[in-house]
Amino acid sequence: MFQYFLNKLATTIPTFLGISLIAFAFIRVLPGDPIMLMAGERGVTPERYEELATQFGFDRPFYIQYKDFLLNILTGDFGQSFVTKHPVIDEFLARFPATLELSLSAMFLAVLVGLPAGIVAAVKRGSWFDHTLMGISLTGYSMPVFWLGLLLIILFSSILGWTPVSGRISLLYYFDIHTGFMTIDALMSGQKGAFASAVSHLILPAITLGTIPMAVIARQTRSAMLEVLSEDYVRTARAKGLSTFRIIGLHAFRNALITVITVIGLQIGVLLAGAILTETIFAWPGIGKWMVDSIFRRDYQVVQGGLILISSIVILVNLTVDLLYGLINPRIRQTRG
Amino acid sequence: MSTTTDVASASATRRAFDEFWHYFSESREAVAGMVFMIFIILVAILAPVIAPHSPIETNTDFLRKPPAWQDGGSMQFLLGTDAVGRDILSRLIHGSRYSLLVGCIVIFLSLTFGILLGVTAGYFRGFYETAVMRVMDVILSVPSLLMALVLVAILGPGLENAMIAIAVTYTPHFVRLSRAQVISEAKRDYVMASRIAGAGRFRLMAITILPNCMSPLIVQSTLSFSTAILDAAALGFLGMGAQPPTPEWGTMLAEAREFITSAWWMVTFPGLAILITVLAINLMGDGLRDALDPKMKRS
Amino acid sequence: MALLEIKNLTVEFSTAHGPFRAVDNIDLSVDAGELVAIVGESGSGKSVSMLALMGLLPWTAKVTADRMALDGKELTEMPQDQRRRIAGKDMAMIFQEPMTSLNPCFTVGFQINEIMKRHLSLTRQERDKRAVELMSLVGIPSPESRLRAFPHQLSGGMSQRVMIAMMIACNPRLLIADEPTTALDVTIQAQILELLASLQQDTGMALVLITHDMGVVAEVAQRVIVQYAGQQVESRNVIDLFDTPKHPYTQALLAALPERATTQHLPSIPGVVPGQLDRPDGCLFNPRCQYAIQACRHTPPGIQNGVRCHTPLNAQGHPTDPMGLRQKEGVS
Repeated sequence: MFQYFLNKLATTIPTFLGISLIAFAFIRVLPGDPIMLMAGERGVTPERYEELATQFGFDRPFYIQYKDFLLNILTGDFGQSFVTKHPVIDEFLARFPATLELSLSAMFLAVLVGLPAGIVAAVKRGSWFDHTLMGISLTGYSMPVFWLGLLLIILFSSILGWTPVSGRISLLYYFDIHTGFMTIDALMSGQKGAFASAVSHLILPAITLGTIPMAVIARQTRSAMLEVLSEDYVRTARAKGLSTFRIIGLHAFRNALITVITVIGLQIGVLLAGAILTETIFAWPGIGKWMVDSIFRRDYQVVQGGLILISSIVILVNLTVDLLYGLINPRIRQTRG
Repeated sequence: MSTTTDVASASATRRAFDEFWHYFSESREAVAGMVFMIFIILVAILAPVIAPHSPIETNTDFLRKPPAWQDGGSMQFLLGTDAVGRDILSRLIHGSRYSLLVGCIVIFLSLTFGILLGVTAGYFRGFYETAVMRVMDVILSVPSLLMALVLVAILGPGLENAMIAIAVTYTPHFVRLSRAQVISEAKRDYVMASRIAGAGRFRLMAITILPNCMSPLIVQSTLSFSTAILDAAALGFLGMGAQPPTPEWGTMLAEAREFITSAWWMVTFPGLAILITVLAINLMGDGLRDALDPKMKRS
Repeated sequence: MALLEIKNLTVEFSTAHGPFRAVDNIDLSVDAGELVAIVGESGSGKSVSMLALMGLLPWTAKVTADRMALDGKELTEMPQDQRRRIAGKDMAMIFQEPMTSLNPCFTVGFQINEIMKRHLSLTRQERDKRAVELMSLVGIPSPESRLRAFPHQLSGGMSQRVMIAMMIACNPRLLIADEPTTALDVTIQAQILELLASLQQDTGMALVLITHDMGVVAEVAQRVIVQYAGQQVESRNVIDLFDTPKHPYTQALLAALPERATTQHLPSIPGVVPGQLDRPDGCLFNPRCQYAIQACRHTPPGIQNGVRCHTPLNAQGHPTDPMGLRQKEGVS
């Protein structure tokens, strides 16, 4: 098991190096001079230009630049935003909890609905429930999420007036940030109505972001369960006279989970890509919106840092999924190295 | 001699197609998807003929007209007009051309490079394979839309660059798939047989192995076709894809955003067009998968 | 009264080409402590009939029976959950593929414990103790550590022993063994068979052994039922059946045994068991029967004296003519 984990860990290192190389190259292959980009519209004097070139090391050979760059990001130094002059890592950390809260809520929703729906569809294969669910799931899978977000705003915010259009909480409330999760901080503040406000801001973005993962999880759970339900050991479980609940919920599902976990893990990348759109639509102050805004502002130092940080999260999540996969699959867990 | 083999192979192809059609037509959903796809293709081809108005000409006399069936609407603009008085229906009709174009070009690019890299990686193995697969891992670990955004930031916004960027993010899937297929096919007896018969490397890869790996690639292509349309629309929506006044569906949605509360039709119809097109392709893709690959059958 | 009584059991599957009758009006009665073998080629419906008894068939199967009773309790009218309290407790079943019949995600101990937890009121300690006993009973060395093993760490023979230990955990009155040795190595086959026979002797449970191997039957069974294409064709005690087979199919099966081969070449039965789309008229065996006459090709025979044949064989292995059919057709 430990060996398995080390192997997985080892394969992530070249991937991480590859990402850093792409990010490093990114600023250098952009059309235009990076220093001129940094200077913005005001331009620079030739002296200042030289000074900046030396400061950022653009005058040195590429491999030395890359080495310094790599050492910097390993110590958490991703440079400064061209626009705000704040360290990129600080900006990232300030926004990341918002994205995490949104993503976790979306994933929670997706698993909460998708998993049981997929199981029931598999057990009742060919029934109207199965057909309906697969229809809905395919529609969800084909849905342009940004459009879904707009429709939800039209329906729930404009027509029904139930939910706010954007942001994380009403301006009426102000409290200290402890966890960065608005819902939890609102609860901790003890202000009346703060929690409800945070939740009502969260609900539409979470539905928007959760739709595709929900559809994928429902479909994949169904097919994994269908495969498992026809296995010999399920017949054995029935021959033992176990209850239906135990046969499906324990014997079948435990085996289906091995595939489903992988599917859920793969959705994290989808989720972060979806967050870019969802956060833009709902003005959700997370890293997705931050990246889009930075690209528009040509704040390439932020884009470079964000690229590495977001990809590192994906790599980390994939590693965790591999680990989980090993933990729930006895064939891997039991091998010693 | 050669004529008889030709006839024999023609009838074998015919039989394979009949069998495929038998399985494909079993699914009503798949046939419905295909019929709708044919409809969209016809609309795209005939766009200049059937569109009632110009897709880009503005008309200040008819700003934000609602659809025909709503108060204030007219039969002249069946689905209403947008903020600068362009007919939405005409824009949607022309937009189908861009969506299909995006799908075709993205698939062409990613399939070509994917097969090229995947088949060579699977055939030559060794360091080359490791290097190719590592690069693909790197691309896959960046969320696809973020990767596309960054590439567009480098290349500059526009539909062509958006297509290139999306193609790059899809290539790893085809590389992985064709590599895995080649590795499993290369172990089969017929490959060994043609190797013994003295078939050259290129011949072995291109003529012997590749045609036997096509089914999963076709299925993956269909599914990628639909996601390519979605991703291109998403880039358009973010302002990094097709630029106004191009009647691309995602770009239309971006332009409509500020009128979300006052003119629902401007938001609803372009999205609906994307949804239905993508849904039709996905229905077809499911049917193709079931018909081409019994192993991947859904139930 | 017999322990197991089955009257007119029929199983039909609905398929794309219409209903398919996999089991056709089968009767079976097994006494307590008896060892009955059901023999037939693949496709003869022997597994399906027992799966129907256990209630393990998929929903596409339609099971009908005049009577299907265990220990006097009618199973067909019983509600689902009540039947599940009988499966695994009063009657249990082991299968052909031991390697895939155990759940790969759980330890052997968990899977043995589970069946006791369901059906017996034992404490955890008592269950653990019994699990160890069961493991040694089926001949597994160092049972304590084996209980902590996962199925993928066991060999095929070991897995089948675990299956047996699990299925006898609740002291069933009836154990059904569906080709328990087919997937195993020849050397292991004999051990497993011996184990089953001795367990049957010691515990006094009834054992229904499904097999396609006449050699296996000769070794252990008391009574034999030969099944062909979903029908019973001959049902007798083992010594008589081996001495004087009455049905041409039984005769052909016995002739195919290597031990009985008289020539260099092992005789085989030409053709295959008819499937859904090629069922013949008359006797289902007639296309493959060397004694078939015209009557066999259009009139299905009934069961007389335990044999489903128009012209049952005599002690010399020649067809007799109880109904004068051969005479009528002028066949000598």
